Amino acid sequence: MSSFINRHRNIIDFALSSLLRRKIKNISLLGVYTLIIFVLASLIFFVHALRREAALILKNAPDMVVQRLMAGRHELIPVDYGQKISSIRGVQDVVPRLWGYYFDPAIGSNYTVMVPRDNMVQPDNIIIGTGVARVRKASVRDLIAFQAYDKTPLLLMIQQILPYESELVAADLILMSEQDFQSMFNLPKGYATDLAVSVANPRELVTVATKIAEQFPDTRPILKSEILRTYDSVFDWRGGMMIVIMSAAILSFIIFAWDKATGLSAEERKEIGILKSIGWETSDVLFLKFWEGIVISLSAFLCGVLLAYGHVFFFSATIFEHALKGWSILYPQFRLVPAIDAFQLTVLFALSVLPYTVATIVPAWLAASADPDAAMRS
Amino acid sequence: MIELMQVTKCFNAGKSNEFTAVDSVSLTIGQGLVTVLKGPSGSGKTTLLTLIGCMARPSSGRIRLNDINASFFPETSRKGGFDISSLPERFLTEIRRDTFGFIFQQFNLIKGITVLENIMLPAYPTGRGHALFRKRALELLEMFNISRHETSRVEWLSGGELQRVAIARALINDPAVIVADEPTAHLDSKLSCEFMEIIGNLKAEGKTILIASHDPIVYDSRLADQVIEMRDGRITGSGLVS
Amino acid sequence: MFKVRKSTYYLVFLVSCLAMFVAMTLHVRYGQAEAKTGSEYRASLAEKLMITDLCLFTEARYTRHPSMADLDTPFQDHPVSLEHFPSGSFVSPPDFTARLHELIH
Repeated sequence: MSSFINRHRNIIDFALSSLLRRKIKNISLLGVYTLIIFVLASLIFFVHALRREAALILKNAPDMVVQRLMAGRHELIPVDYGQKISSIRGVQDVVPRLWGYYFDPAIGSNYTVMVPRDNMVQPDNIIIGTGVARVRKASVRDLIAFQAYDKTPLLLMIQQILPYESELVAADLILMSEQDFQSMFNLPKGYATDLAVSVANPRELVTVATKIAEQFPDTRPILKSEILRTYDSVFDWRGGMMIVIMSAAILSFIIFAWDKATGLSAEERKEIGILKSIGWETSDVLFLKFWEGIVISLSAFLCGVLLAYGHVFFFSATIFEHALKGWSILYPQFRLVPAIDAFQLTVLFALSVLPYTVATIVPAWLAASADPDAAMRS
Repeated sequence: MIELMQVTKCFNAGKSNEFTAVDSVSLTIGQGLVTVLKGPSGSGKTTLLTLIGCMARPSSGRIRLNDINASFFPETSRKGGFDISSLPERFLTEIRRDTFGFIFQQFNLIKGITVLENIMLPAYPTGRGHALFRKRALELLEMFNISRHETSRVEWLSGGELQRVAIARALINDPAVIVADEPTAHLDSKLSCEFMEIIGNLKAEGKTILIASHDPIVYDSRLADQVIEMRDGRITGSGLVS
Repeated sequence: MFKVRKSTYYLVFLVSCLAMFVAMTLHVRYGQAEAKTGSEYRASLAEKLMITDLCLFTEARYTRHPSMADLDTPFQDHPVSLEHFPSGSFVSPPDFTARLHELIH
């Protein structure tokens, strides 16, 4: 056992000396390799943490949301649809939701305006999300001027700012009373944005949804499972940015491996011959190449993943911020709850470490199986 | 110590460019003696060295090694010796590493690596403790008076220094047999004489030495116990120098 | 004279990386436990307000409320952005914003 460890430590010694001969080349290779793994691992961490958070937050989302469609577009739904829906067997409760968007011309940002249940907000008051407070530089008891539907000003006072923890769900929220919502948007009487339906027995959800769709052909029921699925596939690899990053990374891995697989220089070939002639076995030479590959690829993997973890969970993925912000003015600032997906990290490991190492070994294996007397003849 | 019986080595057997490098050579190399293979280039000296040094297998004939320590070989039957021409590759590598020390014409040192590491290289795959062979390598550096180059890269050394590094490397595993192929080809007369001095010391230590050379400094040396003349793969004359 | 071997440096490096991996998984547990109240608050707020979507991107309806968006409708975006995959992820919208605002107001 100790002889096995000695042998490998000796071989690692030589592999490191051998790599250090081309210090600049190998260190920059290690750097680029680490960078690519860093970007990929950051994405993996970010997306996984976000999906986990979405599942946690939306586990209590409405069982079903019923929208009305008109001419292919989301339209206001008559509240009396709700009364009829609540008479369907299995339906526990139907709550009309009032919500919409407000474009703030002063700042150029979009807010989500919502009427909460239970008179949470008094008339002439609003509760705002942290994002709104940030872009409007507003604090509690400040007055904010909105433009109503007829361009008349509407002054509302900030009653409360939602705490920082709510950023991920409520950064752009403005909660107001039904009365203010009405004076702001002038909704026709007896209409709501959509209906939130809760069902007593979750197993009956699909049956209820089918009945609703049958009775009201102009509506679209959206199930909670569909809502959850939406967030399971957000940042899917087919998304534009994702596919660009992924294909760039995979191409780089191929280039690295290609460089190794094809490039056994005459010098390296000669060295393998020398090693064999002074008593290295073929397996020793292969272990040397294995360690040379591992020193680059495993080190890059470990450093890249650790840096990515720090980047995503300690520095809130600052590098992705610009891409995520897109064209939005109001950008939520949240610190993700750390989460690791072992499976995806394993895939990243298999994708980054294995091909490079194999590509390092194979050409050496071809050269090392030659007779050792080749070195004598050079 | 080493016995060769009717050893033949053919290259490209069965093809139009078939070439017999060594042709029915029978030979005994005595323990603790200096044997010189003498002959023009292309006479099969180097091929014969590679066969004896377990780097290649003969096409026919037998090569026996006696009194060799090898882990796979039971101690009780060691006196009888064994035939290396039929051993599997793995055992040949072990013999090559532990029994033979090679000094190549081109030195075959690895560029970009320090002198010390070059010397230690043959010991790396043995699994011996690093501290042990490092100590031995430092002793060898001391012995050959190149300690000051311990951390230099080999490409910064002069020819004579390279030669001494190559000899030190050959000695790192404390082999019983030293095999040298045209060791003085790249040395001037003064350095060649120095080389023969080192050979004299090794002989005094009891090493068996086998040199292929066409340099009179080597084959006319009083150190040579046995000079074997070769031409076209055959032995044309051999004599024990008293 | 004693000199630290290169392999020792490398093994120390590997071991410390692996230790940091272990620390990373511990930090995940610790972080999730620590964020529990925050997570629960978000979930309860979402329940109370009947929220169906996370606030990730605010520039377009179908990015602000992806699960509520009527996906068969084109042009439901930022006032001047036309999203068409894959071109939409490469091309930025033209800078009409300023003029558009002048026209409206």
